Amino acid sequence: MEGQNPALTYFEGAPLRRAVIAFTAFLGGLIFLLAVPAQAAAPDQGLRGTLKLQGQPVNGVKIVVTTEGGQPVKEVTSNAQGAWVVPIDKPGKYKVTLDVKTLPQNAMIRGGNAVRTPTVFSGNVSTVLFALQLKGAAGQPADEGGESSPFLDQAAQLTFEGLNLGLIIALAALGLSLIYGTTGLTNFAHGELVTLGALLAYLFNVGFGLHLIPAAVIAVIAGGALGYLQDRFFWGQLRRRGTGTIAMMIISIGVALFLRYVFLILFGGQNESFAQYTAQPGIEIGPISAAPKNFVAMGIELLVLIIVGFALLRTRTGKAARAVADNPALAASSGINVDRVIRIIWTTGGAIAALAGIMLGLSQNLKYTMGQDILLLIFAGVTLGGLGTAFGALVGSLVVGLFIQVSTLWVPPELKSVGALAVLIIVLLFRPQGILGRRERIG
Amino acid sequence: MDWITIISTTVKSAIGVETVLYALAAIGINIHFGYTGLLNFGQAAFMGVAGYGLAVTVTVLGLPFWVGIGVGLAAAVLLALLLGAPTLRLRADYLAIVTIAAAEIVRLVFRSVQFRDVFGGSDGQRGFSDGFYALNPFPEGEYGIGWFSFNHRLLWIMLVGWVLVALSCGIVYLLMRSPWGRVLKAIREDEDAVRSLGKNVFSYKMQSLILGGVIGSLGGFIYGLAYASVQPDVFGTETTFFAYTIVILGGAARVLGPVVGSMIFWVLLVLVNGVLSEAVQAGYIPFMTSIQVGPVRYILVGLGLILLLIFRPQGIFGDKREIAFDVR
Repeated sequence: MEGQNPALTYFEGAPLRRAVIAFTAFLGGLIFLLAVPAQAAAPDQGLRGTLKLQGQPVNGVKIVVTTEGGQPVKEVTSNAQGAWVVPIDKPGKYKVTLDVKTLPQNAMIRGGNAVRTPTVFSGNVSTVLFALQLKGAAGQPADEGGESSPFLDQAAQLTFEGLNLGLIIALAALGLSLIYGTTGLTNFAHGELVTLGALLAYLFNVGFGLHLIPAAVIAVIAGGALGYLQDRFFWGQLRRRGTGTIAMMIISIGVALFLRYVFLILFGGQNESFAQYTAQPGIEIGPISAAPKNFVAMGIELLVLIIVGFALLRTRTGKAARAVADNPALAASSGINVDRVIRIIWTTGGAIAALAGIMLGLSQNLKYTMGQDILLLIFAGVTLGGLGTAFGALVGSLVVGLFIQVSTLWVPPELKSVGALAVLIIVLLFRPQGILGRRERIG
Repeated sequence: MDWITIISTTVKSAIGVETVLYALAAIGINIHFGYTGLLNFGQAAFMGVAGYGLAVTVTVLGLPFWVGIGVGLAAAVLLALLLGAPTLRLRADYLAIVTIAAAEIVRLVFRSVQFRDVFGGSDGQRGFSDGFYALNPFPEGEYGIGWFSFNHRLLWIMLVGWVLVALSCGIVYLLMRSPWGRVLKAIREDEDAVRSLGKNVFSYKMQSLILGGVIGSLGGFIYGLAYASVQPDVFGTETTFFAYTIVILGGAARVLGPVVGSMIFWVLLVLVNGVLSEAVQAGYIPFMTSIQVGPVRYILVGLGLILLLIFRPQGIFGDKREIAFDVR
């Protein structure tokens, strides 16, 4: 982008300094706005774990902790977030048994072993893992007799979950890709916009007691406003100053670090969930079982993606946005107000990133690192589709989401992201421009 | 407020283990980013494979210490080859995304339950540093004057660490004055021009990636040996970004930039951390709890990175004309 607007490059330090101050002050304001009471501290040493089935917390499962010799230490049950903690006085080896009878009907422990023997080190909280899976999932002997094979059922279920995840990634990826296309910024802080949306919704939902739906609407609007302000007072100023794209990329890393740990201070390190729609009984449609909220969420995601896609294809602003993404200098010389288009894209990008965060919080949990955790998948989606192409980001994200979930048929779930990132690297080897990207010299 | 503790920990941190290992990581990044213009965001992975290479060789395979060091170094070279092959022909931002993704892959594999027997899951590995401390020439005891003293183990690892830092700086100094180093700098300035002179740019970039990765991996060894353990989350992306902040703070493309940057970086962080936690404990800052002090360092690093790049991208010693990115 540099050099395209020579008249503007002599904007020197002063307005920018003001911009940085304004940005910091704005974030400072957020700090007071977001001040959610800090959570009780975790014990100094002990054992903890989180029980999840298909990403949903599992409540009320009994966990028995004894010493290695069998002396009882404590019995706990997992809470609404699926988490359990046992503080332990003396470091050493302990035996943790999960009471299989208290698991939900459809759940089982992967591998079947309900006993773990972790070691507690002094001043350390060790995590004990019980990976849960649906009964009849992969790795189990398939029981014959049903009309359809369990493997196909499982595949259908995972495809559904993959689509769900893929749509969420697509929401975030669309904004990232549009911002990249129009400004050349590889924004490492985009994940934090996702987290921000979720945390704002949480603030209005749990903090102020609003129902989740109005809270989500407010959070999406706030996300859009923050996107606008970020460009107006920060990135836009940097662009005007002629800061290079690589410098801006590193600045975005600073922004990401800054925001992420501001979230940690305000929100705390624990997992939370929204006040409504947390534990819904699942419904079954064909081989797929899911909570109704997932269907509604997917509907909303799809609708938003279609609206944005339609706007990009049919509206004047959308066409202008694509023109700017294609060639900013040419767009500017043909009378398009590039700055205005970029600002609209930042606003939209911020709003749909916030929506992605809320949807992610709805289908998994809220955590201050949720955006960071999904950021690489967003990048994978965007890169797969072709950096800077809006529809490529959509396709790439769906592929990534599907791949991640369906790969758990063969890959242990904790390594599913590894597979997706590995595919990203392999695709770059053979088709570096991505699925829908145009062939150009990219290196 | 206990000013003696604050001052002593701050002064010690100027030459402490943390400073050494981040200086090594940053020297590696300086070769990648400062001299060659490669955006390697996976430096933590180089440190990780080295630390784990050592740990796994000694604890799981039961082989001697030196073999572990060899395995760690070989792992770092292998990682550089694997990372470089697909990405070094691509644009800078692709390299950034791929290296950060690769670093996450490495971290996730280290912490997975699947490979718990080898890598020890999220608890990591411990108990592999005896071979190193058996070489310790310092007899047991405290060395130093008053509060400025270190025990024999710390003194030994710091001595080794600083020797490695000095050696790495010497290598960088000599290499960057050589024709080889001039090609690297030329690649940073204009890749196409170098290519048109008949140089194999890909091969030079690969050599730069390997060299910087190996120097960074020394930082991984220092971490593992100093704390006598390795955990997967130590080698997360934040570690890489800390090292980047250090390089930019000290001045990219300067031989001693990363070292001075690391000293200033850690002195500042330790000082702020000390003052803040003492102030919170003494009740001067009523709206913060002591748990909330920890994240403050990351917030400061983030803010520091933003402000540095906006107002002084050349850092303390750097030269604006010698920076890999265009700044105005």
